Amino acid sequence: MFNGVPILSIITFIPLLAAAFLMLMSRLSRSDGKSQIEQNAPRVALITTIAVFILSLILVINFDNAEAGFQFTEEFAWLGAGIKYRMGVDGISVLFVLLTAFLTPLCIIASQASIKTRMLEYMVAFLVLETLMIGTFCALDMVLFYVFFEAVLIPMFIIIGVWGGKDRVYAAYKFFLYTLLGSVLMLAAMLWLYYYSGQVLGEGNATTDIRQLSQLNIPLGAQTWLWLAFFASFAVKMPMWPVHTWLPDAHVQAPTAGSVILAGILLKLGGYGLLRFSIPMFPHASVQFGPLVFWLSVIAIIYTSLVAYRQTDMKKLIAYSSVAHMGFVTMGIFALNVQGLQGSIFQMISHGIVSGALFFAVGVIYDRMHTREIAFYGGIVKTMPIFAAVFMLFTMANVGLPGTSGFIGEILTMVGAYQVNPWIAFGAAFGMILSAVYALHLYREVIFGEVTNEKLIGIPDMNMREIIIMAPLVIMTILLGVYPSLVTDITGASVDALLADVTQKLDMSVGQ
Amino acid sequence: MLYQTILFAPLIGALIAGLLGSKIGHKSSMIVTTGLLLLSAVLSWFALYKVGFGHEATEVNLFRWMDVGDFKANWAVKIDTLTAVMLVVVTSVSALVHVYSWGYMSEDPGKARFFSYLSYFTFAMLVLVTSNNFIQLFFGWEGVGVASYLLIGFWYKKPSANAAAIKAFVTNRVGDVGLALGIMTIFLVFGSVNFDEVFAHVHDKQDLVLPFLGFEFNAIELIAFLLFIGAMGKSAQFVLHVWLPDAMEGPTPVSALIHAATMVTAGVFLVCRAFPIYEAAPTVSALITVVGAFTALFAATVGLVQNDIKRVIAYSTCSQLGYMFFAAGVGAYNAAMFHLFTHAFFKALLFLCAGSVIHALHHEQDMRKMGGTYKLIPITYFLMIIGTLALTGVGIPETKIGFAGFFSKDAIIEAAYAAGEGGHNASAVFAFWVGLIAAAMTSFYSWRLIFMTFHGRYRGEPDVLKHAHESPLNMLIPLFLLALGAVIAGVVFYSKFMGVDMGAFWAGALPGGEGAHGAVSAMADGHGAVDTHGAEKVDDHGGDHGGGHHDFPKWVLWAPFIVTLFGFVVAVVMYLWRDGTQKRIDAEGGPLYKFFLNKWYIDELYDATIVRGTRKLGDLFYKIGDIKIIDGWGPNGFAKLAMAGGKRLSKFQSGYVFQYAFVMLIGLAGLIAWAITKAQG
Repeated sequence: MFNGVPILSIITFIPLLAAAFLMLMSRLSRSDGKSQIEQNAPRVALITTIAVFILSLILVINFDNAEAGFQFTEEFAWLGAGIKYRMGVDGISVLFVLLTAFLTPLCIIASQASIKTRMLEYMVAFLVLETLMIGTFCALDMVLFYVFFEAVLIPMFIIIGVWGGKDRVYAAYKFFLYTLLGSVLMLAAMLWLYYYSGQVLGEGNATTDIRQLSQLNIPLGAQTWLWLAFFASFAVKMPMWPVHTWLPDAHVQAPTAGSVILAGILLKLGGYGLLRFSIPMFPHASVQFGPLVFWLSVIAIIYTSLVAYRQTDMKKLIAYSSVAHMGFVTMGIFALNVQGLQGSIFQMISHGIVSGALFFAVGVIYDRMHTREIAFYGGIVKTMPIFAAVFMLFTMANVGLPGTSGFIGEILTMVGAYQVNPWIAFGAAFGMILSAVYALHLYREVIFGEVTNEKLIGIPDMNMREIIIMAPLVIMTILLGVYPSLVTDITGASVDALLADVTQKLDMSVGQ
Repeated sequence: MLYQTILFAPLIGALIAGLLGSKIGHKSSMIVTTGLLLLSAVLSWFALYKVGFGHEATEVNLFRWMDVGDFKANWAVKIDTLTAVMLVVVTSVSALVHVYSWGYMSEDPGKARFFSYLSYFTFAMLVLVTSNNFIQLFFGWEGVGVASYLLIGFWYKKPSANAAAIKAFVTNRVGDVGLALGIMTIFLVFGSVNFDEVFAHVHDKQDLVLPFLGFEFNAIELIAFLLFIGAMGKSAQFVLHVWLPDAMEGPTPVSALIHAATMVTAGVFLVCRAFPIYEAAPTVSALITVVGAFTALFAATVGLVQNDIKRVIAYSTCSQLGYMFFAAGVGAYNAAMFHLFTHAFFKALLFLCAGSVIHALHHEQDMRKMGGTYKLIPITYFLMIIGTLALTGVGIPETKIGFAGFFSKDAIIEAAYAAGEGGHNASAVFAFWVGLIAAAMTSFYSWRLIFMTFHGRYRGEPDVLKHAHESPLNMLIPLFLLALGAVIAGVVFYSKFMGVDMGAFWAGALPGGEGAHGAVSAMADGHGAVDTHGAEKVDDHGGDHGGGHHDFPKWVLWAPFIVTLFGFVVAVVMYLWRDGTQKRIDAEGGPLYKFFLNKWYIDELYDATIVRGTRKLGDLFYKIGDIKIIDGWGPNGFAKLAMAGGKRLSKFQSGYVFQYAFVMLIGLAGLIAWAITKAQG
């Protein structure tokens, strides 16, 4: 269908073009026309992101589930010296493209009402952000990946720093400091990989092609520190315990849509990186460090669930619960079996939808009352029955109730981990109890009870705009919960191939 | 289509009432849900007829659910006799509760929501019992948990109701973790989660040893144990029972449907469904026997002294579930299912009668403020007596005359006796004696409830009595039908569940009939009650069977009758003949009384340890772990350090790699800093 059409580049760069267009129009117009452009910016952004979503959907429909390798690949000369512009998607990445394209228009719709200042710049930031996120998932070249992966933070910093809450500078600083450490190490590791590929493939053949790099048989000693260097970067992004404390602050300060993208997509970059780099390139080290990751995952699940329970700020509570849920992802990845890997990808997709929806839900009441304090609320089911029902569904999905998408990822990753280490699955299963504790606690305090705060009397229920945002999230949560094969059929072949590849590498001796 | 209709009619009702309730109004929501539930109930009886009598067990696969590697499960409808019995119980009680709620909830502003929840619960329960694999079972298992949570907390303004709802969900989750781990172990051992594939290979794995949490376990025993943890949570067995009494915060029809007749029996169903595993797990079976028997006794002791009418019945439920479990523990799965079946009728009846009393007395639940009401609500009184007779298992030993509980409860006690005979099964001997003691207590607290509620002087507010009235017809008709079940369910179905026809009836869904399985066949072949009750087909086959046969001594057959009579007499002496007994006990009750009254202080224990511990640990991790240690030494500490040691940083800039990285990231940092300051400025 896409014979010769660089569909991935088109999907990736349409938002950037729209952003450029908006900026250009704003620059060129006279001052009275600026406000008009400011007004129309959300519409332009919405149309653009919907177009991107439709194209992504077509992409996924045309994706060949049986093919394990990369599809829709593109390759153009770029920086030279083996560094090229390479794009492609496989079963592991293609759904993240769709998830990004799915969430971004919803963010645009949500922002139209809640953002009061600098609408044009805000929309530009989101459009750029979308390009960079999709680009990260499509990049098949290490340098290209690095550029996207790091650059993604810039619009995010700006979104938090400009449109965030009152402690936004501290949050942005903390966020930046954590990622800085990881980025330095990852970049060093990438440079090493580049030079090493030159040594192995012969002078002048050094490459940054992820596919080729994945075929290198890297010596064990080098694998160890390369793995650690990449892990430093990905663990911060996930985030894993104990490098998670930037996330609650970033969420609390970010505007609603920023939180949605942060939880929905940015956290997945870490998990995606582990799947794309750590596992295939450093399989021995992955096995070696597996127990470490397992324990960090279980600590994350239990520790952050307990911390979540004691939060007084809704967004912080959900942010901590995100850390716990990402613990299931890392646990599943390093189980290194089909249920674990499939489960971790599913968990990321599901968490993108569910946590996104939860942040939207917080945004709904924040827009009305301008506080996220749990204690402020109570009894709002009386006037907001639709909101209460929607929030209940996502609370249950967060708890991992069977029939919602939240269950599938949790059970698969636990089944995967159990085969490797029952202790880990046991600890993770314990998290199932704690998630019920904090999630139902939040629901009860906010939704149930008598209306004790008189400011809440007459708080209006969700309006049409909010229902339009929530409806697709509701549908996807249930659909994926009841028919998860929608995801697992697509991811299946690539995960099987990855596992076969890893098994083969592990069987070979190392170090030649 | 028959089975799909049974399954999905309640879901459709729930969705219509839930999503469109505000549009179509309360009345329409109630008509739709109740109508669909009645349809489902009628079809369920037809299904039982087809499967239990026509032997048309079947399995319909709807579509794929899980399909990841070997981890595969379909959405399916499996119908065998075990399922069909559950279908009948669930849909019949649910339909009657729907009808009853027309009257009971008539003044509630949230009727559409209430009926939607009831129907949703029914759907989840049906998914549970029609599953052909453990994953779908888990869906239903947690689905009914959510329904229970929603319905306990239905009156969402009451803090106590909200607390009870969360307690129920979280306690159940503890059990669910056990179940989930059990399912994972099953997958690890069998490479499948489908019932047929798993059960077919139990024998191959009988000697498999599995490491789990630092210990070595027999794989089958481990699976049996973990599944039982789940069953303990859902069926409120000792240690995980704490949620059930609090669940009485929900509206009474909910207590009748979910917390008496159906959901709480899911644990018993699970053990029966997985009987091939339990037959291969003697140690865990013994544990089940002990836990079940202990729960039967423990709950009965608490039930002796409670004053809230619903709590007495709740503890009674807990206790009766204990009976079902020890029946399953000694291998008498059919006796467990039979008691589940009869219990559903008379316990739902008792709860709905209690609801009728509460309704009549203006939401009074404290029996100390009742008394002498039988003249005002004579029909309720009469029906509640029937329920009590059925619960206490009144009947004439060595005949086939008796109420429903007579057949099923005596069968359980006899099964325990049979299993304990010969002294090889100490747990069964324990269960037998404990079962007898608990039967005496059952009789006492049941009659105490009747006497305190209906007899003696009225002790409440006089105003309340003026408005007391018999319940409307839509509440009484379900009571009549349940009372009919409480009277005849035992005598009609005895031969099918337990007696001469059981081999053909169960058709392999439960063991028995072929005489191949230890305790069950001993009981089945030579079950004294079979001979003497004679069931329907009176054939004196006392000596027909060879080896496995044995007669029960007369005292075993009469013992339940005698202890029941004893409990009744004590209740009569204390509460019928004397006035003010409860007041005296309240004032002068000794330490044992206080111990029972306070439910053995288990809630206090949990609160002091688990609940507070969780909070403390959460605070510790947050305030010390995150804020002091991680943030304090991490980013915040770094900020201080960076100020102090700005010069030192430059010394790091040696080597190619670092310089590159540094430049790149400082550049990035500068760009961001610039962007932020510009935007803010």
